[in-house]
Amino acid sequence: MGLYQVTIAITLGIYLILTMGLNIITGYTGQVSLGHAAFFGAGAYASAILSVRYGLPFWGALPLAVVATALMGAVLGTVSTRLREDSLAITTIGVNFVVVSVFKYSSFFGGALGIGNIRYPSLFGRVLTKPEYLLVVAACVALGMWFDRRLVKSWLGLALRAVGQDEAAAQSLGVDSPRFKIIAFIIGTAYAGAAGSLYAHFMTFISPQDFGFPVSISIISMAVFGGLGTLRGAILGSCALGLAPEVFRPLVDYRNLMYGALLLLMMRFQPQGLIGDGSPLWERLRSLIAGGSTTSRVGEGGARHESRR
Amino acid sequence: MFWQQLANGVTMGGIYALITLGLTMVYGVLRILHISHAGVFALGAYAGVVALSLSGNLVVITLIAMAVCGLVGMLMQRWVYRPLMGSSRIVPLIASIGMFILMEDLFRLAAGPYVLPLPAEVPFGLDQITTSFVTGNQLIVLSGAVGLLILTWLVINHTRLGLAWKATEQDFETAASCGINVDQAVAMNFLLGSAIAGAAGVLVGFYYNSVSPTMGSVPAYKAMAIAVLGGLGNVWGTVVASVLLGVTEAFLVTSPVGLLLPRDSIAFVALILVLLFRPYGLFGRR
Repeated sequence: MGLYQVTIAITLGIYLILTMGLNIITGYTGQVSLGHAAFFGAGAYASAILSVRYGLPFWGALPLAVVATALMGAVLGTVSTRLREDSLAITTIGVNFVVVSVFKYSSFFGGALGIGNIRYPSLFGRVLTKPEYLLVVAACVALGMWFDRRLVKSWLGLALRAVGQDEAAAQSLGVDSPRFKIIAFIIGTAYAGAAGSLYAHFMTFISPQDFGFPVSISIISMAVFGGLGTLRGAILGSCALGLAPEVFRPLVDYRNLMYGALLLLMMRFQPQGLIGDGSPLWERLRSLIAGGSTTSRVGEGGARHESRR
Repeated sequence: MFWQQLANGVTMGGIYALITLGLTMVYGVLRILHISHAGVFALGAYAGVVALSLSGNLVVITLIAMAVCGLVGMLMQRWVYRPLMGSSRIVPLIASIGMFILMEDLFRLAAGPYVLPLPAEVPFGLDQITTSFVTGNQLIVLSGAVGLLILTWLVINHTRLGLAWKATEQDFETAASCGINVDQAVAMNFLLGSAIAGAAGVLVGFYYNSVSPTMGSVPAYKAMAIAVLGGLGNVWGTVVASVLLGVTEAFLVTSPVGLLLPRDSIAFVALILVLLFRPYGLFGRR
């Protein structure tokens, strides 16, 4: 693998962590967040400031950035319990805009110039090479996936999905939905914090526009493209849309056009995403894998499907 | 100075109200967050630029832009939103965001990335009436806004169509069973809301004498914030929230706060602060 491929793989890993986090908030728990990039940024800035100003090594800055971002997520989660669905979507857009302008206009965060000279992580007194850093990112991705699988199989995951599918019904069965919404935001934004920290130490330079609203749109596009509410959808979506700009280099001028058309057509004709639960492609794949013995089980609720993977 | 700021603020408020009005009307009836409404707004401005070759008259090009936008809005409803009515809320929302990104890029590809002027002629030389604190152009934008707001008020409160919207808003099925043509009512709702956004596009293009592909970017989300502030679906709350925001922005930008807070994030800060205490917006109920 050349350095170019390694760089792309690291970027894809970061996208995947972001998408997995958003999938927990929006996919499982049904809380539409259009400001995920704000938490990506929070993680990146926390990690960068800890590293540049307080001399913390990457290994200390990463967990602290995750904690700081999750705290921010807890605040948004608490606010979200007071809002109805549609106001929440708009508020998260607002959070994204406000967070970016705080980064941009406050000298503590380096202003419009951003923060540079973020140290590349080192281990045993030696700076990691790029392929080694890829291993670090891969380990984080694996940890994120493992946690996601555990979550889906757990009671907590079941409660999150119950809130996502029908909040009123869940509540009538005794599910304390505000609590689970907050938990979903904490977990999802913790993922974003980790992604931000990995991004900051990889780029070694960050600026406010790296975390603007268009980035939030990209993340939600990735989650939706593959199939919202499924891990496989998050993986496919982040890899496919993350690679698209590299593969279609000549089309770079039409990138937004493609993004917009993709989102519109996907939602219009196949809202379940490419391989989400109940999408034609996934149903066909499933019956292929099962040798055509299982009949389609659309709409039976995701939890059982998920646990088989 | 104070009066000038006030005039600037009220003018911006009028423009915000025009953009947000269609949004809140659509939300009232369909409960859809129609982000691509801002794309319709930019389309209005471009329609105005194209219409300049037919007539220089501001009133004429505004009417042309309104017709184009009304039609496009109706098509959006027919082709995108209507088939998605049964799905979860996030589906039409993301479709709408996709459509908005698509529209912005189409404008860029069709008309180029640069700023185009919109030098419309004002009938009767109304733009010459400039006093110490209000410019003629501000007066024109304001009177256009007030005129369209009154028109909307009349349609909502004094026509059968407005009644049909209110019934549809309350309950789709019941309205339909009472003999209301729900489909047509919804289509008309999009038609009127989009036409007003188109008029706003021309007025903004004329006021700043600039039309660009990204002119809808900030209004897209700011108008959403205003709609939520005013209480989603509440038309008068929307107008009041628009004017309040326009005036607040005009005064805050020139104050020390303006150094910390860029103009375009004031709306969102206000939104977050208000929602903390009034989850349904300033004038929302339920």
